[in-house]
Amino acid sequence: MGVVYVDNNATTKVASEVFEAMKPYLTDEYGNPSSMHTFGGKIYREIDRAREKVADLLGVSDSSEIIFTSCGTESDNTAIMSTLRSYPGKKHIITTKVEHPAVLNLCKFLETIGYRVTYIGVDNEGMIDLSELESSINQDTAIISIMYANNETGVIFPLKEIAEIAKEEGVVFHTDAVQAVGKIPFKLSELSVDLLSLSGHKLHAPKGIGALYVGKETRFTPFLIGGHQEYGRRGGTENVASIVGLGRACQLAKESIKEERKRIENLRDRLENTLLQKIPNARVNGNREKRLPNTSNIGFEFVEGEAILLMLDEKGIAASSGSACTSDSLAPSHVLKAMGVPLTFIQGSIRFSLSRYNNDSDINYIIEHLPPIIRRLREISPYKE
Amino acid sequence: MWDYTEKVIEHFRNPRNVGEIKNPDAVGEVGNIICGDALRLTLRIDKKTDKIIDAKFQTFGCASAIASSSVLTEMIKGMTVNQASKVTNKDIADYLGGLPNEKMHCSVMGMEALRAAIGNHKGAPLKKEIVGQEKIVCKCFSVTDKKIISTIKENNLKTVEQVTNYTKAGGGCGKCKSEIEKLLKEFWEKEVTKGVYQKKEPPKKKLTNLQRISLIQDTIEREIRPQLKADGGDIELVDVDRNKVYVKFSGTCLGCPATEVTLKALIESKLKEFVEEDIMVEEVKEWE
Repeated sequence: MGVVYVDNNATTKVASEVFEAMKPYLTDEYGNPSSMHTFGGKIYREIDRAREKVADLLGVSDSSEIIFTSCGTESDNTAIMSTLRSYPGKKHIITTKVEHPAVLNLCKFLETIGYRVTYIGVDNEGMIDLSELESSINQDTAIISIMYANNETGVIFPLKEIAEIAKEEGVVFHTDAVQAVGKIPFKLSELSVDLLSLSGHKLHAPKGIGALYVGKETRFTPFLIGGHQEYGRRGGTENVASIVGLGRACQLAKESIKEERKRIENLRDRLENTLLQKIPNARVNGNREKRLPNTSNIGFEFVEGEAILLMLDEKGIAASSGSACTSDSLAPSHVLKAMGVPLTFIQGSIRFSLSRYNNDSDINYIIEHLPPIIRRLREISPYKE
Repeated sequence: MWDYTEKVIEHFRNPRNVGEIKNPDAVGEVGNIICGDALRLTLRIDKKTDKIIDAKFQTFGCASAIASSSVLTEMIKGMTVNQASKVTNKDIADYLGGLPNEKMHCSVMGMEALRAAIGNHKGAPLKKEIVGQEKIVCKCFSVTDKKIISTIKENNLKTVEQVTNYTKAGGGCGKCKSEIEKLLKEFWEKEVTKGVYQKKEPPKKKLTNLQRISLIQDTIEREIRPQLKADGGDIELVDVDRNKVYVKFSGTCLGCPATEVTLKALIESKLKEFVEEDIMVEEVKEWE
């Protein structure tokens, strides 16, 4: 049985074009780009070509502003730690309650070693209040770290406005754009963003590769200290094959982002609208307009998310949930909680996240199989309408 | 992904005894939708034989919660109420071939629903209010100190993480973890001073009157009173005459038709286990 994979905000399939581009660097072309000999040294050019492709997708004219890292988490950690080290006198951080753990848990850790963190809340559609951001900034603020798009709901934050506020106040602005890159087009050259994180495996490159955009004017202190790689900004021999893969993936995303965005959005909307129509006591979590085209987070009342996922799994459908039972911590989604989504809906929330590899028949398949699953679990449940 | 046994998956996919018995003889309800799991158990009990002849469940929860409920109904059908009262969360988890540590609370929920139903059968009100000295430790999942302590005891738990796995307490915001730590410490310090493990073996030597009385008092305090209190009842030691122990019931135990069963199954058997083999317990009624 094939899998209908609709968990692309968790990870994506490596594009076959990406895999083909990587192959030589996993086999014959194994040289170290730092070597003096041609066999190794020539590979350096491939890394820079990949760097240009990443810069191109982000709308950055100078590719030296791109640093390759090992993952989105490393990019986020590097951005925040680098800024704090660059401004040692400042001890205040501003972020939101709905960030990815790569930022949230780092901030919680920083609180234990003397930093003060303001966690900005969101409204019931998952939107941020810009006046709260403005009033939180003070002389001591070292960095504002706010995600571009939310991984659970797909809600997109107003990056341009946030960046302008930060610039006006003279505070460094970092954005975790892991979910946005490759899904929505934007030009960093038109935004006053200082640091931006992205992750390869969310856009059809392999796991274990990420990148960080560091603006030319941005103060930077390396996080991984070692060799001269990445212009002395990140030590460690380059993950050549994956870097080449990420470059190719960014190129593919750039080529197809406009039409794919519309196509995926149509699939998502059909899935969402049909499910809402077929299943009573269901609601969409998050603002439906300002949202990634591929993400739909739906809460089904009176049933529990893990049970839904396992029944979907039996049908070969791979999705995810914000329910407490699916997390190691037993705590339900911090994102949906921050939005004030009723707990009865959080426990039964399912996230569908599509990619360019999904098609109409996938959507038909889900529409056919999910309603009976919800009906069956509601029969077992002691809670009814 | 959770490492569920085939049995868990099988019972999740094909749960037995789903639904509700109309006009049931006993109802047990635990958990709530906010906590993430809830179970409503209804029983049909034969009045003559005191046997559970039918059991049905409705569960809101994850796969292991549904599977735990399903096997629970399978296990207790055909048992007498007395036999069913001895089913523990371990029995449920074992029947399933084990549960992931983080999911042990699902088996605890099964046991609690069963005990609530048996309590209900014996006359306890359906929804137990939190009364007296009980205190909510974990505000996220509404877990009381009483539940934490009894789960520590029944499952021999030693760490905060284990307590979270079995009761969910501490699994939300985590603010109560230090309080759980304190409960663990207090419980195990008490157990050590009581030497509960040495006392598991009944003393072989003939006891003096004084030793016997103090051991009886001790056993009532430790083994019996907490269980009665769980159902809103209580007990008082009136007198001891050689091997005869006279007790008086109070609280919801008063006038409860099940006191005869409680007397033999719980009080006498515990005293036999911990004091002397030939002990007999008799109830002193208020009006006698």
